[in-house]
Amino acid sequence: MNGWAQRFDEVSFAPGTDGFWIVLVGALVAAACSFVGCFLVLRRMSMLGDAISHAVLPGIVLAFLFSGSREILPMILGAGALGLLTAFTTDLLTRHGKLPNDASIGVTFTFLFAIGVILVSRFTGQVDLDLDCVLYGEILYAPFDTLKLNGADLGPRSAWVMGTVALANLAFLLLGWSRLKVCAFDSALAAALGVNVVLWHYLLMAFVSMTTVAAFESVGVILVVGMLIVPANTAYLLTDRLWLMHALAVLAGVLSALGGYLLATALNGSIAGAMATVSGLLYLLAAVFGPRHGVLSKQIHQRRLRTAPAADSVSG
Amino acid sequence: MSPAVPGVPIEVHDLTVAYHHRPVLWDIDLQFPEGKLIAVVGPNGAGKSTLIKAIMGLVPLASGHVKIYGKPAEEGRASVAYVPQRGSVDWDFPTNALDVVLMGRYGHLPLFGRPRRRDKEIARQSLEKVGMLEFANRQISQLSGGQQQRVFLARALTQQARVYLMDEPFAGVDASTERAIVTLLHDLREQGGTLVVVHHDLQTVPQYFDHVLLLNLRTVAFGPVAEVFTAQNLQKTYGGQLGVLTEVGERLRNTDWSRRRG
Repeated sequence: MNGWAQRFDEVSFAPGTDGFWIVLVGALVAAACSFVGCFLVLRRMSMLGDAISHAVLPGIVLAFLFSGSREILPMILGAGALGLLTAFTTDLLTRHGKLPNDASIGVTFTFLFAIGVILVSRFTGQVDLDLDCVLYGEILYAPFDTLKLNGADLGPRSAWVMGTVALANLAFLLLGWSRLKVCAFDSALAAALGVNVVLWHYLLMAFVSMTTVAAFESVGVILVVGMLIVPANTAYLLTDRLWLMHALAVLAGVLSALGGYLLATALNGSIAGAMATVSGLLYLLAAVFGPRHGVLSKQIHQRRLRTAPAADSVSG
Repeated sequence: MSPAVPGVPIEVHDLTVAYHHRPVLWDIDLQFPEGKLIAVVGPNGAGKSTLIKAIMGLVPLASGHVKIYGKPAEEGRASVAYVPQRGSVDWDFPTNALDVVLMGRYGHLPLFGRPRRRDKEIARQSLEKVGMLEFANRQISQLSGGQQQRVFLARALTQQARVYLMDEPFAGVDASTERAIVTLLHDLREQGGTLVVVHHDLQTVPQYFDHVLLLNLRTVAFGPVAEVFTAQNLQKTYGGQLGVLTEVGERLRNTDWSRRRG
């Protein structure tokens, strides 16, 4: 009892505290990722999000080398280019290399990520970037890297960056809603209606790339992948409405950020890792207890069918 | 749907389509006549779906061109509604019937636009025409196969097109849906529409359709059902698969052609 009470004294979410900023950055990452992650999941491209989040690494290093700074804009451009290259190469290998889609994704992103690893290790003296940071992120340090304007402290830089990216993704989602939806549900119809399916595909990939590079610095590759895909899948299990799926994905992501911070403090472990773990646990809960697609409700439904076969088996 | 200028709804010239260097359609020349209900039949892999997709610009053409009402296909496609095979989409997608039907209106939306009230009205009317209005808010995963097909047809109706291209609309539907679709097809034809339908049930061809295209890589025959839907042409189209054909041949002999409109 005492131990817990003591820990909760340390864990504070009051505005301005480290805990507040860490959870806020995590929640913004979750929101930004969910806004693009849901359509990735619906288009059965979960692994492409995974691939892009790894493959942007060489783009980031090259942007570091060319610009000589940690400015966010060159990094986004470098990562964006590599992200689109990943999507393009995957498509090319699937279409002309006779590789199954999952294999071409695997080939592409491991290759690009490996190049990134070489670049990081070779130029590690020149760039302020190490592999641990890329993989696991340093969300713990987020509160210390603050943005200053005319001497005034505006709060952590990563909160501003992720907030901007989340807003940009939300704007993309709202403006492109109809087009994104028809491309995801029925791309043949979309093309027949004159929608530029290829353009929307690469637009989505560009936003995924941008989100990844903005988020990797604070939370690392592992959590970006988790936040892109896991909350969206959790939400997919919980609803049959598209807008609600997006809202629930954001909610699941924010809960993961909050729960992950608590878990990390309790265990004194990696915050990013704990956030990803909690998002996985939330998925598990949804998979078991979900109202329509959950394992339990399916069992109950089947039992009902068995006891009253005549009533339910007739379909319109 | 205004018949306005009569003309050739779809003209296919010298069309060849190949997948991985293997031709699936070879040198197709066709002019689909206006205001007719046209069946496309042929064995599996004959290129029926590919022909529809080629007209819609969904597969690259190895050679040839398509014209829609005399215009290049890219310009004319706004007057064509396309009904893909039901199995081509994921019916677990989180959306409802009305929403799927509304997608037919997206061709009319400005770049970042959302459907307006008028679009929703048109979608509801289309659902009503296929007898699905009461299912407007039903999740699409909870619809039966026949109901899903009707939703697809309603979606095509919202495009208010003059030409309809349908890929196997009768596949895997119940008898009542089949009747509903036939009624709908005939209504659309009465309004001056041109309908090209990929069809797999040879026995119902004379009953439902005006014209028939017998396809197997090339055009085997094309014309009014009474003239070209003969045992000889079917034999040429289907080759050795005689089992299917004997029964159809029997029916053909017993069909009273005089009752049918040309």
